[in-house]
Amino acid sequence: MNIVDLSVQVGPLNFRNPILLASGTVGYGNEMSEFLDLNKIGGIVTKSLSLKPRKGNPPQRIVETPSGMLNAIGLANVGVEVFLKEKIPFLKKYDVPLICNIAASTIEEYVECTKILTEEEAISAFEINVSCPNVKEGGLQFGNDISAVGKITEKVKSVTRKPVIVKLSPNVSYISEFAKIVKQEGGDAISAINTLVGTAFDINTRKPKIKNVTGGLSGPAIKPVALAKVLEIKQKVDIPIIGIGGIMNWKDIIEFMIAGSSAIQIGTLNFINPAAPIEMLQSLESYCMKNKIEKISQLTGSYQI
Amino acid sequence: MLVIEALVDKVIELDNQIFLLKIHCPEIANSIKPGQFLNVRVSENIYPLLRRPFSICNVEGDYFYLMFNVFGEGTKILASKKYGDSIDILGPLGNGFNYIGDYDTAVIVAGGLGAAPFPYLIKKIEKGKNIISFIGGKTYREVITHEMKNISIATDDGSLGFKGNVVELLNEHLELLKKNKIKIFACGPNSMLRALKEFCLINNFECEVSTESAMACGFGICQGCPIESTKNQDKYLLVCKDGPVFNVRDIII
Repeated sequence: MNIVDLSVQVGPLNFRNPILLASGTVGYGNEMSEFLDLNKIGGIVTKSLSLKPRKGNPPQRIVETPSGMLNAIGLANVGVEVFLKEKIPFLKKYDVPLICNIAASTIEEYVECTKILTEEEAISAFEINVSCPNVKEGGLQFGNDISAVGKITEKVKSVTRKPVIVKLSPNVSYISEFAKIVKQEGGDAISAINTLVGTAFDINTRKPKIKNVTGGLSGPAIKPVALAKVLEIKQKVDIPIIGIGGIMNWKDIIEFMIAGSSAIQIGTLNFINPAAPIEMLQSLESYCMKNKIEKISQLTGSYQI
Repeated sequence: MLVIEALVDKVIELDNQIFLLKIHCPEIANSIKPGQFLNVRVSENIYPLLRRPFSICNVEGDYFYLMFNVFGEGTKILASKKYGDSIDILGPLGNGFNYIGDYDTAVIVAGGLGAAPFPYLIKKIEKGKNIISFIGGKTYREVITHEMKNISIATDDGSLGFKGNVVELLNEHLELLKKNKIKIFACGPNSMLRALKEFCLINNFECEVSTESAMACGFGICQGCPIESTKNQDKYLLVCKDGPVFNVRDIII
């Protein structure tokens, strides 16, 4: 029996522990399952799905930067139909909450995707991606527009009874303003943050190192920014937060929870050590025992400022 | 496919700043195939952050070899590894060469560090088949002949062997190539692979190429290593999972 209760609640959602795997870093689960037992994970967020399959951006899509990486994948994905037909059956074999991330080019497309996916009972919740920096239409065009974020939240909520989490962009002056409108329009939680817009040049050719010119920066380089954004939302808006941004070890998870996260997502680390999420569970438990914390959820927003 | 802590046996410096890293790891050595690769975490630190992909260079008992040159931070750290250091390996990854088959002569074509996967392939090609190697480099400094067989060399500047690129050198030997039932195995820069593809299409030669790409994970989740497919242009193939070895006719280089 576990002495420490690692389970957490994010709005109406219950997770057996605070560790979720972030969209775009876990595919549709099958590759990751070779490295870890998905049944032990708090939850899985799928690669962004769009109504129709997307080919994604041409290479080069990825480049490493100091303590981070830039990516411009361009939401390459199989589309809603193939996902339901070919990818969900594998995920159904596991007892793990499945959150579908949806990315779209128009408000109508968000609604259409949600309508189709909400019928699938294996899906526990939706994460609405209004913050992909790497596509021409949609993405940050929505992520930077408060009224668009509000409208997407409202419209998506109107076609599903399942919890709706909105994944916000850090590339704005006040992320809490966006969190406020999500709450106002009935959104259940916030995922923060998506990647930061960045670029890198080759000094010999003077060309950008990725074909899309700019990409999304992730990895430990962005952790302090992510923590500040989580804190800002926590201090200004009463809405559950899933913290994301450069988590590399169990201490980072504790830090994100102290700053205000109810749960967290692991992203870039999955590329480097796909078994890491499981390895961290034991350490989280030890930390709680040492600090006489019965329920890990007590850490959420426990900052001493 | 596994993540494993292996032990470094030694780092061997060949000529021209090319290094071989010898690693003790029975799990990998006993399961990896020529043309597959490994994604290596060079340090525990967060800089460099990502793993580095290397093709398997050779296998000897419970040991395997990786070949590299010092290019950036990651390879600088690799070159400084010593006996007993531990090293974090993810693999074996991708699909290797289809070297078992109906041909009598294996033609190895390597450009620069593209020589890396061939010592193991040459070792595995069944006895009775001929092996000939065509090796190219910009200058003599980039020519790597380590454990190759029946070697012909081309350099762009003519500082060693034939003056010109390695595909032009193949063309010089066209009569000989046509006399045999050959299969070409190639690895090198994209410009070389592109020219080689054209050469193979014109002459109707079987050819498999090992491709290279920037990538983060190496096992299909980051989607960072797309390569254009000739069969379905609505969808990219992934170098890590669908490759890195492809039939040259299946990809647009």
